[in-house]
Amino acid sequence: MEKILDVKNLNVDFSTYNGTVHAIRGVDFHLNSGETLAIVGESGSGKSVTVRTVLQLMAKNSKISKGEILYHDEDLLKKSEKEMDDIRGNKISMIFQDPMTSLDPTMTIGKQVAEPLLIHNKVSKSDALKRAEEVLRLVGIPNPKARMKDYPHQFSGGQRQRIVIAIAIVNYPEILIADEPTTALDVTVQAQIIDLLKELQQKIGTSIIFITHDLGVVAGIADRVAVMYAGKLVEYGNVDEIFYNPQHPYTWGLLDSMPTLDTDDQNRLNSIPGTPPNLLNPPKGDAFAPRNAYAMEIDEEEQPPFFKVSKTHYAATWLLHPDAPKVEPPKSIQERFEKYQEMLGGSVK
Amino acid sequence: MADEKTPIVQVKHLKQYFNIGKANEVKAVDDISFNIYKGETFGLVGESGSGKSTTGRSIIRLYNPTSGQILFEGDDISKIKNRSPRMKQFRQQMQMIFQDPYASLNPRMKVKDIIAEGLDINGLTKNDDERTQRVEELLDMVHLNPEHMSRYPYEFSGGQRQRIGIARALAVDPQFIIADEPISALDVSIQAQVVNLLQDIQKQRNLTYMFIAHDLSMVKYISDRIAVMYSGKIVELASSDEIYNNPLHPYTQSLLSAIPVPDPEVEKTRERIDFDHKKHFSDDQRLQEVQPGHFLYCNDEQATKYR
Repeated sequence: MEKILDVKNLNVDFSTYNGTVHAIRGVDFHLNSGETLAIVGESGSGKSVTVRTVLQLMAKNSKISKGEILYHDEDLLKKSEKEMDDIRGNKISMIFQDPMTSLDPTMTIGKQVAEPLLIHNKVSKSDALKRAEEVLRLVGIPNPKARMKDYPHQFSGGQRQRIVIAIAIVNYPEILIADEPTTALDVTVQAQIIDLLKELQQKIGTSIIFITHDLGVVAGIADRVAVMYAGKLVEYGNVDEIFYNPQHPYTWGLLDSMPTLDTDDQNRLNSIPGTPPNLLNPPKGDAFAPRNAYAMEIDEEEQPPFFKVSKTHYAATWLLHPDAPKVEPPKSIQERFEKYQEMLGGSVK
Repeated sequence: MADEKTPIVQVKHLKQYFNIGKANEVKAVDDISFNIYKGETFGLVGESGSGKSTTGRSIIRLYNPTSGQILFEGDDISKIKNRSPRMKQFRQQMQMIFQDPYASLNPRMKVKDIIAEGLDINGLTKNDDERTQRVEELLDMVHLNPEHMSRYPYEFSGGQRQRIGIARALAVDPQFIIADEPISALDVSIQAQVVNLLQDIQKQRNLTYMFIAHDLSMVKYISDRIAVMYSGKIVELASSDEIYNNPLHPYTQSLLSAIPVPDPEVEKTRERIDFDHKKHFSDDQRLQEVQPGHFLYCNDEQATKYR
């Protein structure tokens, strides 16, 4: 499989009145051609900052202090603003969370969808509008020809997100970055948008980076999953490896604190105690240690490196060190392990 | 079983219309009736625009209902006037927790004064010492450090702010709390903390909750009974197990089929059920009991089918 995006040792700092916030602290990940990579994390974990850095859509007070972002082996961080303009909305495009604010309220949607075509290609206005109509049909806007002349406020939330997607894919980008594209939507609409993204991926072969905090959504869309906490990746692997054989206590906590429809109402929910650390002064050891019931002494002292679980699955926790004691994960996680063994046909790994 | 319990809130044919008589009239809540029993958690689910938040706001009288009755402990509170002594007395019994912990706390007030506002309005404490002591107790109850009472809201995280909102609601010692999407703005790891807190407090103080949400798995977990709203109407009402194991209304079925589950195998085999508004609503329908404790919005012919 070809790596079309390879991010290496990314470090991003924000200068604030209180000092420098180390928002991204050495993140490595890659995107394979044609796949969907989900980046999961809570607010402040750095997932949005990470992907915005790829397109250099960054806040004024932020700075990439270290790292490389290789797109087809060329470092995007070394590109000029003009070269980046040619990539944004063309080869790599982005869908934002809020369909209410990411459309221009004073412009018809036909023009908004045609705009990236006119900017990046030598096409006539009438051809661009024709193409916009096709793409609006593709994303499931009924009667697109007539509705091209309508303004965003004349559409529902779900339809607006379809229009935002149409704008993002009108140039058939190689990479589509979707930053919480369904968080603002109702569940039934969310399910439709996820189906749409999967269908589009089949049709136009785009690779997708999907950012979300909702593990349910991840299970339905991702090929691979990367879990972020406090500006670092803590675990990554194939979707089955993350959901059925998770190794990092933070991943355990996330999976364990979500009630499923089978959760017994009589039991208390398992929660992760405490709150994420302040990245003004990142902790010396493992950032998750203060909230981690499985933390060991070394977690306070030294950040864990990535340990290999399989060829595709890595986790940064000292629990995977050969000398670490064997711990008992939460019950719901053990059930996931059992399911994994069954899936592997009972063969011992 | 529910029938043997005492209702704390009875909603009878409640209608809440906006822009009445104008072209843009909205029937946000359109003739709904239900009871909430003492000590239970009543879940209200639906999508945006279904009228679930409006229902909550009408019950606590942030709106003047267009028609219908709302009985609280047997008293009709649907027509009591704003700023009247009766309204003040009623609001002490019923409190609300809001969705957005950023917008619902006044950024220029200290946490102490935010929490004590209800105490001050109702004259519940005699002097400053007693007031401070009460705020300390409340902060302790929601697991916040009482030493932080002189801080401002911006110094707290989302989950902590929601705890402040809960402490404020509890300050006047209410019997009934309406929680309008209290966890949907919080991170996954914090949601479980707040839900556990709400349940602990419910047990300690024998509270009744109305829990409004769109996150169906959390609603199932926290609620004893659930009402599903669609387009201003309650389309189904039953115990939470019954709603999830035996949904009868096509809209409930559609909603349940769309819940994402953190399990890739389940997701691969998911069959979504689409819901067509036109096919399933007609004028001869009303909410009726089709099985003991299970109410469905349907016509008489459909109802006999399920009985």
